[in-house]
Amino acid sequence: MPEISMRVNGTDRTVRVENRTLLVHALRDGLRLTGTHVGCDTSQCGACTIHVDGAPVKACSMLAVEADGAEVETIEGQAMSDGSLNTIQQAFQDHHGLQCGFCTPGMVMATAALLRENPKPGDAEIRHALKGNICRCTGYQGIVNAILAASGQPVPAAMDSEPAPVAAE
Amino acid sequence: MYDFDFANPATLDEAVAALGRGDAQALAGGQTYLPALRQRLAAPDTIVSLKRVEGLSDIEATVDTLRIGAMATHARIARETADRFPALSRLAGNIGDMAVRSRGTLGGSLANNDPSACYPAMALATGATIHTNARDIAAEDFFRGMFETALDDGEIITAVTVPVAQAAHYEKFVQRASRFALVGVFAARYPDGARVAVTGASSGGVFRWTEAEERLSDRFEASALDGLTIAPDDMIEDLHATKPYRAHLVSVMTRRAVEHA
Ligand SMILES: Cc1cc2nc3c(=O)[nH]c(=O)nc-3n(C[C@H](O)[C@H](O)[C@H](O)COP(=O)(O)OP(=O)(O)OC[C@H]3O[C@@H](n4cnc5c(N)ncnc54)[C@H](O)[C@@H]3O)c2cc1C
Ligand code: FES
Ligand code: FES
Repeated sequence: MPEISMRVNGTDRTVRVENRTLLVHALRDGLRLTGTHVGCDTSQCGACTIHVDGAPVKACSMLAVEADGAEVETIEGQAMSDGSLNTIQQAFQDHHGLQCGFCTPGMVMATAALLRENPKPGDAEIRHALKGNICRCTGYQGIVNAILAASGQPVPAAMDSEPAPVAAE
Repeated sequence: MYDFDFANPATLDEAVAALGRGDAQALAGGQTYLPALRQRLAAPDTIVSLKRVEGLSDIEATVDTLRIGAMATHARIARETADRFPALSRLAGNIGDMAVRSRGTLGGSLANNDPSACYPAMALATGATIHTNARDIAAEDFFRGMFETALDDGEIITAVTVPVAQAAHYEKFVQRASRFALVGVFAARYPDGARVAVTGASSGGVFRWTEAEERLSDRFEASALDGLTIAPDDMIEDLHATKPYRAHLVSVMTRRAVEHA
C-alpha cells in the first residue's frame, strides 16, 4: 500500500492508503481528523470542503495519492492556538450560522477560502461562493450574516419588525 | 470503488505509454470521473493522473486567440482570461462551485462531453481547435453526441486554441440541483459572421443553431431573432424539463446571450 506524506494543519503527517482511498477517508480514518464530514456520494454537498495548497476542494472528490506532498488545511486547524474559536467560527456561533452543525466544517472552510480571495464580499458574492455548500437547517441567512460579520461588515437587522403585508388577491 | 494501479507520469510521452497499457483511464480534475468511479460506473485497471505532466496547464495569448492547456482549471481560466475574453472567463467562473472550479479542467470537460456541460458550447461557438498528443481536431468534428467525442482510446487532449470573439456571451439557465446547464447558449460575433452553440438541450449533445446564426450574421441584435423558434422533437426530456420547455429556453437564452454580448 502506498504511503503518502502531507503537511496537515502545519504538521507533517504520513499515512498508508490504497490507491482508491479518497482524501476524505485518509483524513477521517487514517489520521482520525473526523471534523471533515461526508454528506453525499455525488460531490454536491460540500460538507467535506478542505483546502489543498491553498485552494478549496472537496476531499471526497480527490484521491489521497493525489495529495502526496500537498499542504492540507482542515477544520481542525481553524481554532486559535489556545483552542478558542477563530473569527469565522465565532461569527457562525454569534449569528446562528449553524443548527445541527453537519455542514459547518465545510461552510467554515469555504468561508476561509472566500475571505482569502475577497476580504469584504457582498451578499451576492457570498451566496455565489457558497453554491457548493448545502445546509439543510439554517436557510442560509444566518450563514450569510456570519460571513458579513466575520469580514467586519454590518449585518442586516434581524426580521424583528412587522411582517410584510400580504399582497391583495 | 474498486482498486486500481495509479500512474503519475511527468511527461506526455510517459502518460501516452501508460494509457496504452491495458484498461487505463486518464484522470484530470476528477470532478466527473471520481464520482463515476465511486458509483462503479467505471472500473479501470490503471488510473493515469495528468496533474504532473509538464506543459499542460499554460495559458498563452496571441493577437486573436487564446491557447489554453487542457489541465488549466476552471478557476484559473476564470482568473486569467477575464481581460482577453470576458465571456469565457464568466463561463468558467460559473461552472459548478468554488471547489469544483479548483480541480476541474477544460480538457476533462471537453473529453467527457456531458450533454449539459458549458465548455462544449464555447468550443463550438468559437470554432476552437482541440489539440491532442496525436493531432488537431476542429470543434466541429470533435463532439459526436452525448458523452461521445472524436478522441481515440488513450488519446490525450493537450490544449485548446480559442479564437477570441469581437463580442460574446454565454447565458446559462442553471439546473439548480446539479449546477450544470438546463440549457446554455454561447453566442459570439466574428468578422465573418455570428456563431451560436447550444448545450443542455438536444439529445444529440451540443449543437450549432444555424438559423439563429444566419439572422445574427446580418444583424447581431436580439430583435433579429424575433419570431424564430426551434423544434422540440430532438430535445432532451427529463424530470427537470419537457421538450417544449427546453425548446423555449433555447430561444430565450439565445436572445439573452446576444443582449449581454
Ligand atoms: C457539483 C458539480 C457541479 C458541476 N457543474 C458543472 C457545470 O455547471 N458546468 C460544467 O460544464 N461542468 C460542471 N461540472 C463538471 C466539471 O466541470 C468537471 O470538472 C468536468 O466535467 C470534468 O473535468 P475534470 O478535469 O474534473 O475531468 P475528470 O473527471 O478527471 O475526467 C473526466 C473524463 O475525461 C477524461 N479526460 C480528462 N482529461 C483528459 C485529457 N486531457 N485528455 C483526454 N481525456 C481526458 C477522463 O479520462 C474522464 O473520462 C460539475 C461537477 C460537479 C461535481
Ligand atoms: S461529501 Fe458531499 S461533496 Fe464531498
Ligand atoms: S446546520 Fe444543519 S446542515 Fe447546516
